[in-house]
Amino acid sequence: MSKVVKLKKGFDINLAGKPKQELGDFATVETFAVKPTDFIGFQRPKVLVNVGDSVKAGTPILIDKAMDQVIYASPVSGEIIDVKRGERRKLLEIIIKSDGKNSFEAASPIDVDALDRDALVVALAASGTWPNIIQRPYGIVANPLDTPKAIFISGFDTHPLAPDYGFALQGQAEAFQAGIDALAKLTSGKVHLNLDGAANTPDVFAGVKNAVVNKFSGPHPAGNVGVQIHHLDPINKGDIAWTVNPMGVLQIGKFVLAGVYDASKTIAITGSELTKAMYVKTISGACVSNYVKGNLNSGHVRVISGNVLTGEKIGMEGFLGFYHNQITVIPEGDYYEFLGWAKPTTNKLSYHRALGLLSFLTPKKEFVLDTNGRGEERAFVQTGVFESVTPMDILPVYLLKAIMAEDFDEMEELGIYEIIEEDLALCEFVDVSKHPVQELVRKGIDLIQYS
Amino acid sequence: MKFLRDLMDKQKPLFEKGGKLEQFYYAFEAGETFLFSPNHTTGIKGAQVKDAIDLKRMMITVVIAMIPCLLFGIYNTGHQHMLAVGETAGLWENLGDKLWIGLQLVLPIVIVAYAAGGAVEAAFAVIRKHPINEGFLVTGMLIPLVVPATTPLWQVALATVFAVVIAKEVFGGTGMNILNVAMTARAFLYFAYPAQLSGDQVWTYLGDKVAVDGFSGATALAVAYNAGVDSVPVTDALANHNTVLGSDMFSFMNMFIGWIPGSIGETSTLMALLGALILVGTGVASWKIIVSGFAGAYLMGLVMNLFAVNEFMAMPPQYHWVMGGIAFGIVFMATDPVSAAQTEVGKWIYGLLIGMLTVIIRVTNPAYPEGIMLAVLFMNVFAPLIDYYVVKANKTRRLQRATV
Repeated sequence: MSKVVKLKKGFDINLAGKPKQELGDFATVETFAVKPTDFIGFQRPKVLVNVGDSVKAGTPILIDKAMDQVIYASPVSGEIIDVKRGERRKLLEIIIKSDGKNSFEAASPIDVDALDRDALVVALAASGTWPNIIQRPYGIVANPLDTPKAIFISGFDTHPLAPDYGFALQGQAEAFQAGIDALAKLTSGKVHLNLDGAANTPDVFAGVKNAVVNKFSGPHPAGNVGVQIHHLDPINKGDIAWTVNPMGVLQIGKFVLAGVYDASKTIAITGSELTKAMYVKTISGACVSNYVKGNLNSGHVRVISGNVLTGEKIGMEGFLGFYHNQITVIPEGDYYEFLGWAKPTTNKLSYHRALGLLSFLTPKKEFVLDTNGRGEERAFVQTGVFESVTPMDILPVYLLKAIMAEDFDEMEELGIYEIIEEDLALCEFVDVSKHPVQELVRKGIDLIQYS
Repeated sequence: MKFLRDLMDKQKPLFEKGGKLEQFYYAFEAGETFLFSPNHTTGIKGAQVKDAIDLKRMMITVVIAMIPCLLFGIYNTGHQHMLAVGETAGLWENLGDKLWIGLQLVLPIVIVAYAAGGAVEAAFAVIRKHPINEGFLVTGMLIPLVVPATTPLWQVALATVFAVVIAKEVFGGTGMNILNVAMTARAFLYFAYPAQLSGDQVWTYLGDKVAVDGFSGATALAVAYNAGVDSVPVTDALANHNTVLGSDMFSFMNMFIGWIPGSIGETSTLMALLGALILVGTGVASWKIIVSGFAGAYLMGLVMNLFAVNEFMAMPPQYHWVMGGIAFGIVFMATDPVSAAQTEVGKWIYGLLIGMLTVIIRVTNPAYPEGIMLAVLFMNVFAPLIDYYVVKANKTRRLQRATV
């Protein structure tokens, strides 16, 4: 059953600022946030708490009225200090000030074997850990009423400067296994755990039972769960599969073992502008300022929750995204460059080899990339590039053009169900014509999902 | 470069919304982004870093790849002139005169093509409010290379304007066009002014000099075609052609290097291959189209050999590679990513058919000995059809997977 897949297409963005495999010692973070904007497809947010309320870790603070069985919980114990809204009262952030005690909502451990599936679903949906489960197609929080044909977990991350799960999850094999056991009960099919075929299997995954272990190797996006699903059991129209990040599996496992919503996780703080790029033990939704301030080697930087391909710009006082396991700090690129389009360069990374782009000569070099847009948007001209970084039997340009034309049949036939933003993120990077590829992908998914 | 930047920043408000020269914003923007790559940064969500490539850099790579052809064309224009008027014309002999004559003829054509096309491009950008497309950098260089050095400048200008408007701007600019713009200009000239684009008299510049007795300005393809009509083996006909200018003018090697009459940039297969090396090495052009294009021509040459009813059909197929503009056409015209097939499988088919069609048109069409122009335009029109079936195969695979 288990498969070994070697992928050739793709591109590794080799950046400076890789995290050292040690845990950093930073000042304790005091504020945390739950951001409904992290959860794609969140339709009708309802805040269950008011400013001034005290909460525990695991206290429900938010629900989506469109799917109200699933609760979104406070990651820490403390006091709600702000509910931030944007234009037209769009809910942006619920901010919690930690009391430092980290007391949990009490619940009893779950005996997965004894519970039937429905009861397990109800327990997980009310635990705060459920939003870790993502539904494909669409990449939205899974609906507890569905039964997926399989559940996929990518055990490695090939994004630029991504954390090494072997290090971040070390010593937590028991909780991870508990998470796998719970997930196995939720699907009618198998749980697939996909590991890096080119590296040694980390201890946390070594003895995993109750899951099919597959091996993938190759450049990024080999670690993307969407790419893996495409090669294992592709999603057709009408299919539903679920995906969970290993950190999410761990949270689910801890809930099963202890009955608490333990949102702590080890994340990587990375990027060329940090003096200390390393790992840190933190809690979901943490304010990142303690990790960044005083840890910078330059002034004008962008702090990103997540990685440079799929992440989100947050301020120096911003909060770690629910699904993000790293922060990246890179230089801002808001400068003009004289004849920047013609100058030969060895310092700017390029997948291409056109005139003067010499980065292909130094494949091992670690590059410092900034956020400059590198030119303006144009119509599609160059062909064959997107295909060469997308290790799936998908024609990205035709799919993107179908999205632009809002042609529903064409989108379906060309495979919109198989991708979410991250699967074509590399296309956005390498694009000669600088299209907002990921934005387009989401636009297409929204069209299909809400039609 | 700070003073330049300051100058730009000072002028910018004039062209921005509400400024006096608002309607010329895109003309200003073209100049500004040419001098300085913009200071835009990536968005809040999505890719936070971008690849160093942009369309300007890609297009300039193609222009650079054409420079060997251009330089050779300048030299060869003078070289052919010297040969025709009976001056000594060894490789280094009369070098200065040759270059001078070449430059006098070729540079004005290049300048006129860029000026005429650039003006149209800028006018459309201002009226239609879109950025100026870098694609014109390439078109403006391609057009001079596919016309004879003797083409009147007003015809160059007219053809360029026609091609940029009809082949490109009416479809919405670079990236939207169906036909290769430069090939359209060539076809326009060919059909509108055949006297200046075909026959035996247009390829060699004579100026006020008189050609030597017995000189023929015919191209290799015309010689080969006539050999077919006269039932003389093509290789013999080529060997005995223009002996008055010295033997072996149309030897395989001479044709490969390009010491033959023809359009400015097309004569040298060697220089076209050098360009191909740059284009493929930098990954800008598809090697699949180039390889399959040459393979298609060779294959069709072989097929012609099999069914040879005249001597042209019996010509060794490799001669098709070095005669006429096929090498230039395959390397620079067929590989235009916008008008070519856009799927990887499609590119093989597209290139192969261009090569095959070129030879078919050459050998079987009495009206016009060179086929690459029509072959490329014809396949430009068919490229979407090829892609349609390749894309359909992709959809079918997905559909079958679902039902199994």
